[in-house]
Amino acid sequence: MDFFIDRLPLYLSGAGTTLVITLLGAALAFVLAMVVGMLGTLRNRAARAVATGYTETFRGVAALVLMYWMAFAIPQLTPYEIDPVFAAVLALGLNVGAYGAEVVRAAINAVPRAQIEATIALNMSWWRRTRSVVLPQAWAQMLPTFGNLVIELMKATAIVSLIGVADLTRVAQEQRAATGETIAAFTGALVVYFVIAQLLIVGMRLLERRANRRLGRLPASDTGLWALLRPPPATAIGGGRR
Amino acid sequence: MTWDWEFTGKIIPDLLDGLVVTVQATLLGYVLALVLGLAVALARRVPVLGTAVFAVMEFIRCTPLLVQLVFVFYLAPSYVSAFTVGVAVLGVHYAAYTAEVYRSGIEGVPPGQWEACRALSLPPHRTWGAVVLPQAIRRVIPALGNYLIAMFKDTPLLFAITVGELMYQASRIGGVYFRYLEAMTLVGLFFLLVSVPSAVLIRRLERRYAAV
Repeated sequence: MDFFIDRLPLYLSGAGTTLVITLLGAALAFVLAMVVGMLGTLRNRAARAVATGYTETFRGVAALVLMYWMAFAIPQLTPYEIDPVFAAVLALGLNVGAYGAEVVRAAINAVPRAQIEATIALNMSWWRRTRSVVLPQAWAQMLPTFGNLVIELMKATAIVSLIGVADLTRVAQEQRAATGETIAAFTGALVVYFVIAQLLIVGMRLLERRANRRLGRLPASDTGLWALLRPPPATAIGGGRR
Repeated sequence: MTWDWEFTGKIIPDLLDGLVVTVQATLLGYVLALVLGLAVALARRVPVLGTAVFAVMEFIRCTPLLVQLVFVFYLAPSYVSAFTVGVAVLGVHYAAYTAEVYRSGIEGVPPGQWEACRALSLPPHRTWGAVVLPQAIRRVIPALGNYLIAMFKDTPLLFAITVGELMYQASRIGGVYFRYLEAMTLVGLFFLLVSVPSAVLIRRLERRYAAV
C-alpha cells in the first residue's frame, strides 16, 4: 500500500492526462457523430455518400494505426509536426466519431414515421422538426450506446503512452521500470482506469435518465444511486462496439 | 519527402509477413474468446460463482487492453512467447464481451422452450445442448462476427509487447529506413481492405440470422 501512497501524485497526474484526452476525444467524436450521422439521414445522395465514406474509412482503420500515421507519416508528407496529444485526440475522435455516426443515424431513423408526418402536417420547418421532435427522441435512444463508446474511447487512450505522452499507462510503465514492482505498478493503473470508467458510466446514466424523464418515460424502479451502477437491461443484441 | 514507389515495393513482403501473424493472432484469440465467453456466460448463472465471475469480467471490460497486455507480458515466465501472451490476453479480454453476447442470446430464448424441456423431463445437457444453445447462438452470430472485426482491429496493440505483427513490421521498417509514410499508409490500407468487406459480410449475416 505504501507504494501507492508515495506515488499517488504521479498516478493522479497520469489520470488527469488520460481524462483530458478522453474528454477532448469524446467532444470531437460527438460533434463528428452528430454532423455525419445527420448527413446520413438526408435524402441527398452526395451527403449520404460523404457520410458512408467517412464511417467506413475511420471505422475500418484502428485508432492506433491512425495515430501513428498522424504522428510519423504526416511530418514526412508535410513540413508540419503534430503534437502527440493532438494526434491522439484526432485519431480517437475520428475513429469513435465513425462509430457514433452510425448510432446517430440509426437512432434518427428509428423515430416513428408518424412523428415526422405530424410535423409535416403542422408545417414545421426542417430545423424546427429536427430540434424539437426528432432529436429529443433520438437522443434518448443514442445515449446508452454513446455510454459504451465513451468507455471504449477512455480505454483506447492508453495507446498515447506508445508515442510518449505521460498518461496513466506511461506512469505505470515508468514506475515498473524504476522499482521493478510489476504487480503493484500495473494494478494501481488498472484500478484508476476502473474508477474512471465507473465515473463515466454514472455520468452517462444520469444523462440517460434526464433524457428519458424529459420524454416522460422514466421507469419507476430506475431510481437511487444503486440503479446508476447496475448494468442496463439487455435489450439490443451486441450493443457494444463493432 | 514524397511517396516512393520503389521503396513501397521493397517493404511489401515484410508487411505481408506481419499480416500473416496478425491474422493468426486474431483467429486464435477469437477461438479462445468464443469458447471462454460461452463458459463465462454459463458460469454466470451459478449463484455465488456467477457474481465473482461477473465482477472479474466487468473489471477486464473497464480497463485498457494495452495495459493488460503489458502487465501479463511482464508477469509471464520467460519461456512463454510474446505471441502466446498476446493471444491469451486478447482472447480473455474479448471473452468478457462475447459472454455478454451469449447471455443476451440465452435470455432471448422464449420461456416456452424451457417449459417444454421440463415437460419432456430432458436432462440438463440435452436442454442446453439440443434446445437452448442452438437457438441462442444462432441469434447472436452477427454480434459475434462484429467482435471478430473488432479484435482484428485491436491486434496492432500486440506490437507493444514485441509480437511481429503488421504494426510491428511497419514501425520497424520506419525505424530502420527512417521513412514511416509508406509503411504506415500501407498498414492503414491493409486494415481497410480487410474490414470494409467484412463489414459488408456482417450486414449480410445480420439479415440472414438476426431477423428470426
